[in-house]
Amino acid sequence: MPAEPVAVVGIGQTKHVAARRDVSIAGLVREAARRALDDAELSWADIDAVVIGKAPDFFEGVMMPELYLADALGAVGKPMLRVHTAGSVGGSTALVAANLVAARVHATVLTLAFEKQSESNAMWGLSLPVPFQQPLLAGAGGFFAPHVRAYMRRTGAPATVGSLVAYKDRRNALKNPYAHLHEHDITLAKVQASPMLWDPIRYSETCPSSDGACAMVLTGRAGAARSPRPPAWVHGGAMRSEPTMFAGKDFVSPQAGKDCAADVYRQAGVSDPRREIDAVEMYVPFSWYEPMWLENLGFAADGEGWKLTESGVTELDGDLPVNPSGGVLSTNPIGASGMIRFAEAALQVRGQAGEHQVDGARKALGHAYGGGAQFFAMWLVGAEPPTT
Amino acid sequence: MTSPAGRGTTSRARHGRDIAVVAFAQTRHSRRTDEMSEVEMLMPVLHQVLSRTGLRTGDIGFTCSGSSDYLAGRAFSFTMALDGVGAWPPISESHVEMDGAWALYEAWVKLLTGQSDTALVYAYGKSSPGELRDVLTRQLDPYYTAPLWPDSVALAALQAQALIDAGETDEPELAGVAARSRRDAAANPHAQLQGEVPRGRHLVRPLRVSDCPPIGDGAAAVVLAAGERARELCERPAWIRGMDHRIEAHGLGVRDLTRSPSTRLAAEHAGLFERPVDTAELHAPFTSQELVLRRSLDLDARVRVNPSGGALAANPVMAAGLIRIGEAASRIHSGDSDRALAHATSGPCLQHNLVAVLEGEPHAG
Repeated sequence: MPAEPVAVVGIGQTKHVAARRDVSIAGLVREAARRALDDAELSWADIDAVVIGKAPDFFEGVMMPELYLADALGAVGKPMLRVHTAGSVGGSTALVAANLVAARVHATVLTLAFEKQSESNAMWGLSLPVPFQQPLLAGAGGFFAPHVRAYMRRTGAPATVGSLVAYKDRRNALKNPYAHLHEHDITLAKVQASPMLWDPIRYSETCPSSDGACAMVLTGRAGAARSPRPPAWVHGGAMRSEPTMFAGKDFVSPQAGKDCAADVYRQAGVSDPRREIDAVEMYVPFSWYEPMWLENLGFAADGEGWKLTESGVTELDGDLPVNPSGGVLSTNPIGASGMIRFAEAALQVRGQAGEHQVDGARKALGHAYGGGAQFFAMWLVGAEPPTT
Repeated sequence: MTSPAGRGTTSRARHGRDIAVVAFAQTRHSRRTDEMSEVEMLMPVLHQVLSRTGLRTGDIGFTCSGSSDYLAGRAFSFTMALDGVGAWPPISESHVEMDGAWALYEAWVKLLTGQSDTALVYAYGKSSPGELRDVLTRQLDPYYTAPLWPDSVALAALQAQALIDAGETDEPELAGVAARSRRDAAANPHAQLQGEVPRGRHLVRPLRVSDCPPIGDGAAAVVLAAGERARELCERPAWIRGMDHRIEAHGLGVRDLTRSPSTRLAAEHAGLFERPVDTAELHAPFTSQELVLRRSLDLDARVRVNPSGGALAANPVMAAGLIRIGEAASRIHSGDSDRALAHATSGPCLQHNLVAVLEGEPHAG
């Protein structure tokens, strides 16, 4: 029996900000869930199961918070699953929820991811000393900067490419009412003059630390037929992992990312992603990861990704818009960031993205990664139901 | 004995694909493993479970694990375990911040979609580096309950006292559960606590030391396979006829602690009541919780409960639920059981419960 096709019929986000001091953790997640239900015109009673994801529990200081959040998410008497796959978790969580529908275990599933980073300090939360291991540098930027430098050396990309990505994403964010950073006075010169944090990554080329949640309602064919707004259909989804460190690991373009994309394209029947995909929401926490992932995901040949960025192809009005929402560079509640990518891809093919809508988007890729560039989760969504 | 053959048809209609536990391995659980990292503790178990099926990492379609950063005391602790799995070339993999029983659930769903035919599931937890009773308070409502630091034994004692107050049990009955569990554990080479265990003092009244699980470190792994693949890998696969899990409200004050409605509901959805089981592996860390579960599941004296000794014999947090599924499956593999129930729990006072129903095919002749 073929798997049930999966549709996204409801999407909800909170307005992402540095600190939501007005709500508890439960209040934050309920706000996003309520908006997703409203979008789908469904009630709590229509939901069969809840799949929740977030990054490390230390960020809020609550161990296995799904236990405490069961009431806020209307999960009492229902199955509730908690996923944690590092930075890719928002994407993985959506895929686990999609599988519940695809396997016909449940008809309609609520999936949600969140982080309330103001409860702690995420940068130092990511810098815990590990016995018997060499200390990582402060924060994720310290870990990823050497890999960016390796990319620049390998490809000969001009030093300005990173600032172009940041300038584009921060301008896109101005069109997204849910984005955290709304820098109305942003200029390229300001990005390039911002302080150097982890050479070559400048302050303005770095993701913020956000409080936020994102939720989606997933359902099958019957549920999609009742949807008040156009659904987004899942054409392919996959996860891939590789070890953090090993001899021969390519940190610039990890094999797990390539394999994951290839699996998604195979499921979706995509042979030329550059031509067939209309919009990409990729996980770019540091500006240079846009050209790096363009190559890793097969949108550009090795060493050519930066040329797409430099020539404006990835701008909102370019022929392959990347992060029309403003991306992780403008909004980063870590555990939710992957799901926001998946949800924004779905908004594009539903034609519901508002001011940051890509004209005529029919197929969009949502991408997330985490750990030491070792965990990958992706899905490809389309405006039409899958044919296979 | 009734033939389970007809049931297989029912289950197929329910889930579309037959999936079985084909191998199980666990550590010898112990109070401390200071000399080992989590990865070193997990490695032998992974090797055992793979060698039992003749599979290698590269043959596995999907891998899923369960663990907790709060036990490890560091963020992203599960990433280290991947080194033990040997995730190269890259693997299709996921992780739940829950007991491994829920990792098995995620893997079961993945196999049901038809995307994979085999799955490796593992879980591990080292409780020894921290104060487990304090650590588990961090699971509670962070605004109203966690600041009071009510520890896991105190909360279980509230539940036990509620049972006694309702006239549902007394201390001698609890003592009987403790004694039976440790007696059965004498035949379990992986158990941490076996044989004659003194009742001990009241740890938190009415619970005595022997009513509580041992604190310790351990790991477990399971291999799942679908359809014909399962028959190739295992002489008598333990078919998962149904599996479901349900959560209850978090606030203890709004729950009737003498009942476990979420366990009952999960059991109904898993098809438990279609036909009697001969064996039940219940994840009941406290003696009083076994009684709550027995009543919610209508288990009578004919059902062999926790032949492994259960969580009272070894309770490596994050793995103990997966071990219940593994123990139930092992008894089907060996022919000691034809239809078994496995249960896992999470959260204070049995807040979240999973039930799996496993069956072996009728013996030849």
